[in-house]
Amino acid sequence: MRKCSLNSINSVFAEIAKAATLYLPVDGKDGSAVYTKWEEGKVWSNALNTVRSPKDFFFPQTENLMAFKTAGKNIEIIDTRSESEDFVIFGVRACDVKSFEILDRVFLSEPVDTFYAARRAHGVIVSVACTKPSETCFCGTFGINPAEPAGDISAWKTETEVFFRANTEKGVALLSKIEGLTEECTDEAVDAQKEKISAIMKKLPLKDVTTDAFGGGKTMDYFNSPAWDELSQSCLGCGTCTFVCPTCQCYDIKDFNTGKGVIRYRCWDSCMYSEFTRMAHGNNRLSQKERFRQRFMHKLVYYPENNDGLFSCVGCGRCLAKCPISMNIVKVMKKIGGENK
Amino acid sequence: MQTITRDQLIEKAVSLLADGTVSCVLGWQKGEFDYDVTPVLFKNADELKANFVWNDFCGANFSKYLVTKAEKATGKVLVFLKPCDTYSFNQLLTEHRFNREKVYAVGIPCEGMVDVAKVKAICGDGIVSIDCGEKLSVTTLYGDEPTVIDAKDVLAERCINCKSKKHVAYDELLGEEGEVIASDRFDEVAKLEAMTPDERFAFWQGELSRCIRCNACRDACPACTCEKCVFDNPKSGVENKSPANSFEEKMFHIIRAFHVAGRCTDCGECSRVCPQNIPLHLLNRKFIKDINCFYGEYQAGAEVGSRAPLVDYTTDDLEPGEVFDRRDNNA
Repeated sequence: MRKCSLNSINSVFAEIAKAATLYLPVDGKDGSAVYTKWEEGKVWSNALNTVRSPKDFFFPQTENLMAFKTAGKNIEIIDTRSESEDFVIFGVRACDVKSFEILDRVFLSEPVDTFYAARRAHGVIVSVACTKPSETCFCGTFGINPAEPAGDISAWKTETEVFFRANTEKGVALLSKIEGLTEECTDEAVDAQKEKISAIMKKLPLKDVTTDAFGGGKTMDYFNSPAWDELSQSCLGCGTCTFVCPTCQCYDIKDFNTGKGVIRYRCWDSCMYSEFTRMAHGNNRLSQKERFRQRFMHKLVYYPENNDGLFSCVGCGRCLAKCPISMNIVKVMKKIGGENK
Repeated sequence: MQTITRDQLIEKAVSLLADGTVSCVLGWQKGEFDYDVTPVLFKNADELKANFVWNDFCGANFSKYLVTKAEKATGKVLVFLKPCDTYSFNQLLTEHRFNREKVYAVGIPCEGMVDVAKVKAICGDGIVSIDCGEKLSVTTLYGDEPTVIDAKDVLAERCINCKSKKHVAYDELLGEEGEVIASDRFDEVAKLEAMTPDERFAFWQGELSRCIRCNACRDACPACTCEKCVFDNPKSGVENKSPANSFEEKMFHIIRAFHVAGRCTDCGECSRVCPQNIPLHLLNRKFIKDINCFYGEYQAGAEVGSRAPLVDYTTDDLEPGEVFDRRDNNA
């Protein structure tokens, strides 16, 4: 365990930024935190979490996959990739770190998504323990401990100090770069903080939300439940939940005619949208109920079925805070799960 | 604090269900917390008594739901409308978007709705309960004593600049009728007009570049009721699920603002639902201000069947060139 004073954290940022591009949550104009490239003057936000999750770093909302140029009968295929720089994401919460594992299982299983893989290879994650979880937090439901965040380096922030522990080779390498700015220390202060956090976890309003009723093999238990009608009745069909979600990973691939050639790009897609997975025969989900059901069945049943029981939700609470009609996975789990225990 | 109580609304709804006037009730359902309410169709008295809520967080405008809900309902739908919601109600009727015969509208007074983000800015995160009494009493995980806040200090922007406490449509009114208010809602627009073009461009660039293209503004907007939005239609050539760059977002929002110009009642749902807190209502207000200036005062939804100036030709209409000539004092 190493530590530095909170007052000197900016010099740590400056040192990290010498070797790699550093991103960290910074308060935006509207008061909410945004991952921002660090430069002198940028201040690490005290906010619990960012509105947009850090999945953007590995799976950006839009990215060009390739370009085509035609000359006569020849088509030239151009590789438009430019991911070659190392970067550090600082201040990632435990829930969001867990989301990378969920994305990895999709993008890094065969056939490996080389665009995602390149970004993962170049990225170093410095997580930070939560000290003040929100009422919308329910990471505990998915076995995540906000006091013990994973990542290449785990950090703990107290009123006066920041503590660091390297967990991986990448983490050891990064920590060695800031060795001169940090000092060796005992685990005492961090242990005390962990205890405080675990006491708060016991008081969280959503602490009893459980996944017991869900998991692989439950498709037919819930697929035709009448509860979906009720739960989805006022869904607007917007993409807020999917776009603020750290684990939603669906995308669309499209071609853009530049006039001189074609750029093939991919962009986030949302199962809430009417055009989602539209095929030659039309759409396979015609009502908002079906789209709504798809999102939650994917997170609570289909994904765990294909991924050793791992749920595709980390309890970050973003959808709870942002849904225009306040309908969310917690309400779904309580309603559908509660009726089928 | 609201002047009408939850119990009064439930009583009204239960009696209208009992005498067969309506078959269901469009109301707010309580959520996990005291501030997260969901629009829901209540079918009976038991459901209402268990889950209906009316407090300082019932901001959602129900008018647009009538487009789909009234159609499907077997009898009439009872809808509770706050004054600002009644303007959207009329505008949708003007556009023939729902069947008036299928709706029983009860106007209810509104003292303004609270923005929970503003509450959190004062009390901090971790809200365990909010008691909406005379004042808001907020208990958090981290404070020993509840924080007491005057609701007036944490009102949503649209409620600070409330344009009307008067209901322009209803079958029945509960509580006291209010007046149209001379609000300061165009002050922010005037500030934008006073900027240089570069400053204004930078302002909107900063705001709209945060857009994640979730379409919540469009999907919540009572003026956006196209059955197929051009931006959802692959054949339109402009369909897009994601912003390719920050210019594209300006295009989306400006086109949307033009499309609802003259029909937007300034209900403020677009800004309420924006997950990125983009002040989208300012685009619409600019159009409303310009329409007022160039064509005379016009409030969309004030009455059913009114012709919006932009779709109504009169020989007195100003020439497009005049708008250009007056750009400096009304850019």
